[in-house]
Amino acid sequence: MSDTVEYAAKTPDEPQPWADLGLTESEYARIRDILGRRPTASELAMYSVMWSEHCSYKSSKVHLRQFAEKAPATDRLLAGIGENAGVVDVGGGWAVTFKIESHNHPSYVEPYQGAATGVGGIVRDILAMGARPVAVLDALRFGPADAPDTARVLPGVVAGIGGYGNCLGLPTIGGEVVFDPCYAGNPLVNVLCVGVVRSDHVQRARADGVGNQVVLFGAKTGRDGIGGVSVLASAAFTDTDASKPTKRPSVQVGDPFAEKVLIECCLQLYERGLVAGIQDLGGAGLSCALTELASAGTGGMRIYLDRVPLREASMTPEEVLASESQERMCAVVASSTVDDFMAVCAKWDVLATVLGEVTDTGRVEVRWHGEHVVDVPPRTVAHSGPVYDRPRRRPSDLDRLRASTPDILLRPSTPDELRETLLRLVASPNLASKRWVTDQYDRYVQGNTVLAQPEDGGVVRIDEATGRGVAVSTDGNGRYCRLDPYAGAQLALAEAYRNVASTGATPVAVTNCLNFGSPEDPEVMWQFGETVRGLADACASLGTPVTGGNVSFYNASGDAAIHPTPIVGVLGLLDDVARRTPIEFPASGGTVALLGETREELGGSEWAHAVHGHLGGLPPAVDLDRERALAEVLVAGSRQRLLSAAHDLSEGGLAQAVVESCLRGGVGARITLPGGLAPFVALFAESAARAVVVVPDAAAERRVADLCAERGLPFTRLGEVSPGTGVLEFTGLFTVPLEELRVAHESTLPALFG
Amino acid sequence: MPARIGVVTFPGSLDDRDAARAVGLAGGEAVALWHADPSLHGVDAVVLPGGFSYGDYLRCGAIARFAPVMRAVVEQARAGMPVLGICNGFQILCEAHLLPGALIRNDVRRFVCRDQRLRIESVHTDWTRAYGDGDGEEIVVPVKNGEGGYVADRRTLDELEAAGRVVVRYVGGNPNGSYQDIAGICDETGAIVGLMPHPEHAVDPLTGPTTDGLGFFTSILRQTVGAGT
Repeated sequence: MSDTVEYAAKTPDEPQPWADLGLTESEYARIRDILGRRPTASELAMYSVMWSEHCSYKSSKVHLRQFAEKAPATDRLLAGIGENAGVVDVGGGWAVTFKIESHNHPSYVEPYQGAATGVGGIVRDILAMGARPVAVLDALRFGPADAPDTARVLPGVVAGIGGYGNCLGLPTIGGEVVFDPCYAGNPLVNVLCVGVVRSDHVQRARADGVGNQVVLFGAKTGRDGIGGVSVLASAAFTDTDASKPTKRPSVQVGDPFAEKVLIECCLQLYERGLVAGIQDLGGAGLSCALTELASAGTGGMRIYLDRVPLREASMTPEEVLASESQERMCAVVASSTVDDFMAVCAKWDVLATVLGEVTDTGRVEVRWHGEHVVDVPPRTVAHSGPVYDRPRRRPSDLDRLRASTPDILLRPSTPDELRETLLRLVASPNLASKRWVTDQYDRYVQGNTVLAQPEDGGVVRIDEATGRGVAVSTDGNGRYCRLDPYAGAQLALAEAYRNVASTGATPVAVTNCLNFGSPEDPEVMWQFGETVRGLADACASLGTPVTGGNVSFYNASGDAAIHPTPIVGVLGLLDDVARRTPIEFPASGGTVALLGETREELGGSEWAHAVHGHLGGLPPAVDLDRERALAEVLVAGSRQRLLSAAHDLSEGGLAQAVVESCLRGGVGARITLPGGLAPFVALFAESAARAVVVVPDAAAERRVADLCAERGLPFTRLGEVSPGTGVLEFTGLFTVPLEELRVAHESTLPALFG
Repeated sequence: MPARIGVVTFPGSLDDRDAARAVGLAGGEAVALWHADPSLHGVDAVVLPGGFSYGDYLRCGAIARFAPVMRAVVEQARAGMPVLGICNGFQILCEAHLLPGALIRNDVRRFVCRDQRLRIESVHTDWTRAYGDGDGEEIVVPVKNGEGGYVADRRTLDELEAAGRVVVRYVGGNPNGSYQDIAGICDETGAIVGLMPHPEHAVDPLTGPTTDGLGFFTSILRQTVGAGT
């Protein structure tokens, strides 16, 4: 017999495993208050997963409000924070939806499936908005490149992303791979998905209309992933704790083929107008989908849970409610169109089951073989969870860290030393070519990829008739954030914004994935608060609203929290993708110029990290007005066809950008470093708001210089592209053959990972 | 009337829309064919596109071979209808025994996506006659597969080479361990061609590395128009 509502009312003192499910004593007491009795086992399962940190945002909510409160005015947003994903009107009747999510802990426990289901989960979020998923980007962080465990985690994560995304037919168009000891026991796997939908076909997650049918469709429900959000994603993480059972069963198992047919099936259902409301099943499974749909709609639902098709017949109702089995969706369908709905599912061989119906009782009632196992007000599960304003304290080591500036580090000064430093940096794991990773991802499928990694931003065409398209980039620098989370968050946004503008696209909207240590650590919570404040302020200043995102807490290697690592994704618009600007120095030649100003900024730099293993001082200064001016010049330069190449400057500075632009097309350059700065600083400083561009002729050069002058943005002629020479020359300093650069740049990852 | 080229969609097909786009760019009319529909609707030729038909969990192409549409494809191919199998389509053609040999897991044990240099070894097929005057033209098109290593027994390889049935060969690096760098082959008549690289992803300079792949689609249009008049 199941633990029924009636039985629970009669047995108030029956002990319940609330602590094992991740609830605190006061949270459990609150559930009893809400219900006026003890919860049934099924209800307890629902509350525990939905009130987990991962689902309820209980520690972050008080801060995240700033994204809405400070959001710049825009008429582009068709759906914003709180939906499955933000939706941006991109004109011409088209809308784009995009969002980034983490799957960090599962990817450490079981790299292949953890990363694969990370892709699957965010793709279903996009699908639930009514959109066809068209591209993914992956922001990845690993421990030291040469650490033994990185050799286990990285190949598994990359194969998992590829295995799932390639099989779905989704091009991977960008992302990042960064190594740092702080991620040794806790890699970050953040996946961003972009989808395209006609702006009048956006779907909503709501269960409206009494008598409408609630349909579960997609894969069968199994025991995989139970407690994924509560046990795995919302608790401190100690893999070495031998006394506890392994957490591997909490990782879901992916079936990309099932997801591929689910995508095609859903798109056909939308096209035929057969869906009144829809929600994907991800974290917290049915518990989440049912209560969220009901909360947003008429308010009630009656569900016959024993109708759920199971992989294992012995599953209990609480397991069915908490299962995170993948490749499932839940739709609300008008009774009159259920047969049509089922016919489309049958065409795609997608299993579909009517679970119950929408009611106006204000309760979600769940029956299990005739017994009443759940009777809850859905909002109390989905939205009225606990909210904590956790204590914050500035990290005690921050002043010491900032005082240890990179001024103390030995710098290269002779031409030979500079040359050697350049070669060493382009071969360092963080700056080396990531082809070993990205060649495992399909970037061509769907036939709309206009730019993909290693370009500054990925660009996909969304309308073949007009050439309309979007650009997307993800960025984030944990070292900068460790030194100054407020500035670091703004630098992450600035870099993604700059990357998108470098392609010629106008940045319009932001998504973010905030990866942090334990919220119960006041120093982590201070970092979190500063990060959100910095990001919200910068979004207001740049006019790019946050449309949605994800928070991942409890990321730590052993006792040490990871660097605060906000990953920021920026979406930009291109009215015609044919005018996109690549990073490649063109074989037709041209003048190379630097836009922006270089200062002696080396705190948290790649040079300090890779050469000296040093982290200290302050990150580069933030100047958002400058960033905006630079973006305006890059976009205008693309519109007026004045730029034959553009590449943003970030980690590794000017040297890295020039090397990448040379190697992209195998075309050399002759560069004269500007006077007034030590060559070392000119080459390796990481000042923000800079880009290197190529202008094809003197007329274009004058016009770009004018665009800069009008905005007070420094324009510095650096030299010229030198086709046919096969070398990169820094006049008066040193020359490096491109072949030598290529070998240095491309050998690192293959040597490490095979 | 433009030639009508069927493009089959299996559950799990991924590059069907790309193949259809390439047919259109070459001047043909793409006709969508569905795996469960045994009719080819009177098309002049068929493209089996890339992807992971039915998930390919058993062996690539092993399930697709039994799809209702494949009965018609096999029957009409044996009667001379041109068929092009790209990537998963090549795997299906081998599983259906329309082409000899098999495709196995890449020797590097990883999925590989890159722009690949290829040599057109034979222009005497329905799908390659638009290339060059003589054999040996080099092209660059994307290759992307996890199980693209072409293998066959010694005698089959010798026969393929002797009969000029190796249609495309990898040059400048073999991405998957294919025997004798074989990227694509044809049947005895040259009507049925299978290859691992993706010519349909190299038909537009905006979205592909080159437009070198277009020749496969202009070849068949020349062929079918010629046959029809």
